Amino acid sequence: MIRHWRLFVDSTFLYRFRRDKVAIISFSLLLLMVMLSFSSPLIAPYDPYDPAQIDIMDSDTPPAWQVEGDPRFPLGTDAQGRDMFSTILYGTRISITIGLFAVLLQSILGISLGLIAGYFGGRIDAFLMRLADIQLSFSTLMVAIIVLAIFQASFGTELYNDLAIFMLILVIGIAEWPQYARTVRASVLAEKKKEYVDAVRVIGLGSGQIMFRHILPNTLSPILVISTVQVANAIMSEAALSFLGLGMPVNKPSLGSLINSGFEYIMSGSWWITAFPALVLILLVLVINLLGDWLRDVLNPKLYKD
Amino acid sequence: MENSNSDHKAKLLEIRDLYKAFPLSSGLLEQLQFKKGRLVRNRESVKAINGVSLDIYPGDALCVVGESGCGKSTIARVVTGLLRPTSGSIVFDNERIDHLPPKQQLPYRRRMQMIFQNPYASLNPRMTVRQTLEEPVRFHNPGIANGAVKEKVEEVMASVGVDPGWSNRFPHEFSGGQRQRISIARALTVDPEVIVADEPISALDVSIQAQVLNLLMEAREERSLTYLFITHDLSVVEHFGSRVAVMYLGAICELADTATLFGTPRHPYTQALLSAIPRLKLDRPAHIKLKGEIPTPIDLPKGCLFQTRCLYADERCRQERPDLKKLNSGARVACHGVEENRIE
Amino acid sequence: MPILEVNNLEVRFPMREGELIAIRDISFSIDRGERLGIVGESGAGKSVAAFAILRLVGRPGYISGGQILFEGNDLASLSPEQLRQFRGNQITMIFQDPMMTLNPVLTIGTQMIECLQTHKGMRRREARELAVEKLRSVAIPSPEARINQYPHELSGGMRQRVVIAIALLTDPEIIIADEPTTALDVTIQAEIMELLLELCEKHQVALILITHDLGVVSEITQRAIVMYAGRIVEEGPTRSIIEQARHPYTQGLINALPERTRPGQRLNQIPGSMPTLMQIPPGCAFHPRCEHVTDVCRTQVPDYTRFDHSRVACHWVAVQEQTSV
Ligand SMILES: Nc1ncnc2c1ncn2[C@@H]1O[C@H](COP(=O)(O)OP(=O)(O)OP(=O)(O)O)[C@@H](O)[C@H]1O
Ligand SMILES: Nc1ncnc2c1ncn2[C@@H]1O[C@H](COP(=O)(O)OP(=O)(O)OP(=O)(O)O)[C@@H](O)[C@H]1O
Ligand SMILES: [Mg+2]
Ligand SMILES: [Mg+2]
Repeated sequence: MIRHWRLFVDSTFLYRFRRDKVAIISFSLLLLMVMLSFSSPLIAPYDPYDPAQIDIMDSDTPPAWQVEGDPRFPLGTDAQGRDMFSTILYGTRISITIGLFAVLLQSILGISLGLIAGYFGGRIDAFLMRLADIQLSFSTLMVAIIVLAIFQASFGTELYNDLAIFMLILVIGIAEWPQYARTVRASVLAEKKKEYVDAVRVIGLGSGQIMFRHILPNTLSPILVISTVQVANAIMSEAALSFLGLGMPVNKPSLGSLINSGFEYIMSGSWWITAFPALVLILLVLVINLLGDWLRDVLNPKLYKD
Repeated sequence: MENSNSDHKAKLLEIRDLYKAFPLSSGLLEQLQFKKGRLVRNRESVKAINGVSLDIYPGDALCVVGESGCGKSTIARVVTGLLRPTSGSIVFDNERIDHLPPKQQLPYRRRMQMIFQNPYASLNPRMTVRQTLEEPVRFHNPGIANGAVKEKVEEVMASVGVDPGWSNRFPHEFSGGQRQRISIARALTVDPEVIVADEPISALDVSIQAQVLNLLMEAREERSLTYLFITHDLSVVEHFGSRVAVMYLGAICELADTATLFGTPRHPYTQALLSAIPRLKLDRPAHIKLKGEIPTPIDLPKGCLFQTRCLYADERCRQERPDLKKLNSGARVACHGVEENRIE
Repeated sequence: MPILEVNNLEVRFPMREGELIAIRDISFSIDRGERLGIVGESGAGKSVAAFAILRLVGRPGYISGGQILFEGNDLASLSPEQLRQFRGNQITMIFQDPMMTLNPVLTIGTQMIECLQTHKGMRRREARELAVEKLRSVAIPSPEARINQYPHELSGGMRQRVVIAIALLTDPEIIIADEPTTALDVTIQAEIMELLLELCEKHQVALILITHDLGVVSEITQRAIVMYAGRIVEEGPTRSIIEQARHPYTQGLINALPERTRPGQRLNQIPGSMPTLMQIPPGCAFHPRCEHVTDVCRTQVPDYTRFDHSRVACHWVAVQEQTSV
């Protein structure tokens, strides 16, 4: 472990990171957002999930710096009287959670299937990759909308609201595995040709050990790159679904459902209900993508040259 | 068989009438072609090995030489079970092993190990030297105590001249020669009897080549190893090999003791090959130029595989493929001209 | 007067750990029609030296000192515009990988004709005829047909011949060949080397041959330079270097060859390996591997001890020379 750490500290990775302003800023912003949102129960002035703390009389208060603003609500309140600042903190936490778990699911599915396809090749490979093609030809949103709409219709909104977070993770997770599978398969094909894999085959190790102990660790760089980008994508997908009313319920809002709920009032002048969550969402997705791009450049020096 | 002398010794490894072809186009659609107005299924393949038989006796250092693409690596990979032969068989210690299921091959896997050409690709970059070396020991000795594994690894590391204190380092911290030593150590951890070495020193510097070659010779003495040594460097063969098989287009054209082969090469191809080695001394015989180019292994020439480039080819050579025939010197040569005494 | 004279050439690569001096104090000269070999282990700086002559050092490297005098012009101080008149014209280069010279998407004919049009200002038809003639001179069968082929349609040996033909197009004074046959088989290597030798003799072209194969150097060149860790350690007539090498490294290199030992015997190996340029030891770079090492070797970089036709950078040789006089 210590050696791995030393390797990391010495690596060009850290060196390049320290010299790249965009990477440092993106990373700090991301870290800030994650830390704030995950400590929201501690730092948020109000608990938006607690009906006792919400007063409908406070509804539609503009941000504090406006004339009608109230210093208790720095970013104003929404139509139900919830403090926007607190709600955004909680919402960001939900968005990030869904993003992370959806990507976890994607990666487990995609990495296993990609490893199998790449390592065994032949018919298995052809079958899995055609499956991936078919899956990719439906857009994630389309699949998600159909599945979620059917679920909502058949089990009722009540049950749906309780299970929404799991459903979103499941749907976004399953819909995007081909991205992973393709990336992993491509690097497995490249690794498989290398002699160290032959060497362990000659020793007699079984396919499972070879795939997971030897090949997988050597395909981690592209997996890391695609994972960052996929987290951003998953957060966006969740936001889009929530915006369409198929995502998180209003009483447990994510960034997407916040944007959605504020959208009705934008015409009546309550712009802040939509604008602040939207800003946070854009910032979140942007920094993750910037980090992903930076990672790609660092881990793939060949692409970087000429 | 005609050779009574070598029949007394038990063969350790036998390659019997081996063929290996790699299909070129995989999908059915790619195979379909229009020819003369008809749709035909065209199954082209690279014929990498075309009928190779070799016997390897305990203590041998059998060298396989030949030009790039003649199928040397393919032989190594079929023998070690990395590839399945198209036809023919591999017999290890009187047991046919090529068609066994993987589980039953395990005992033979332990007894036969391989060393690879590229020292930069043959070690897993994400594993420390210790992890790389411990893995085969644990795998082939389930339930072995940690102390015993450590002892074995340190013993092997010391024997290949890598400081056991460096076992926590990663491959990229070593030079090419040291990496090749570690590869050799990995092969030696399971106490094999046969080592298949595919160009183990070609990627190394001249001054390092000597070190690794010495190491391989020491290991041969101390552990009574048998080598199947693949190389294109004939001066190494002359030094290292006990017997030499010269390959051309996936078949053996001459098989002889090292001294016999270098002293009196008989096959025209062997003669040309030997005349091409650059030497320090200036008394090398004039370089025998072959005509033409190596044919592709996709369309093998009719008759003798070498006939398209041979200076002595006649009608029989163009029609009939020669077999390996034993000469008085003990060498086996596949050449009509030598058999008919047309070629000196 | 030598056609090319290199004086105290030095090339550096700025790296994150500091500046790396890839070659230092490289001086040699070559006469018209002479064949010079440069040998050394991988990483000794052979390619960097060769590339530096043509000012082709890969970024971030740069020439940090020295002169490259070609017929009296210092190539190191010419503008890129002026340099073009020499590079690829009077001095040409053959690389180990033929595909570094050949463009895979153009036929070899197109590439040869374009080269002639830029450098010699020839017309298309003329250029084509000359190209065919040059292809024939490197023993490519039916050059009229081959000229319309793409590089990937040719075998490795054939490609390298085409590269040689291209190198000869402009009737250069010097050919620099960086391991031109390392990727080829012995039989093809022998043919290519013979061809190169023949062409250089016939046209009085000077050849700088970079290789790590002492056998090739012995057969082709008249003079040889041995490099170790970025420096020339020995220079002299090829035969005398091979038969009576003076520097312990050269001796070790030659004695390590299998043909220097009886079959089956242990080879005479040099212990250790060449240091990376980052970790060159103080004093003589070879001292940790040297059997004649003394205290002065550990602290002082040796100067050249000169002999009639050769020079050696070694304290041990210097001491022996003094005592024998
Ligand atoms: N996996 C493969 N698929 C298709 N063709 C292959 C495969 N492996 C080898 N071949 C072909 O088989 C022939 C023999 O290859 P092999 O690697 O055995 O040659 P070799 O003698 O080891 O050459 P080298 O000296 O270049 O290593 C070549 O023509 C090669 O292109
Ligand atoms: N672009 C580069 N960036 C950094 N260092 C370089 C670069 N090119 C070469 N070097 C350094 O210069 C040294 C000499 O390299 P060079 O390519 O000249 O070796 P060589 O003698 O030609 O070896 P080989 O036989 O492997 O071709 C190497 O150790 C390398 O570290
Ligand atoms: Mg091979
Ligand atoms: Mg080089």
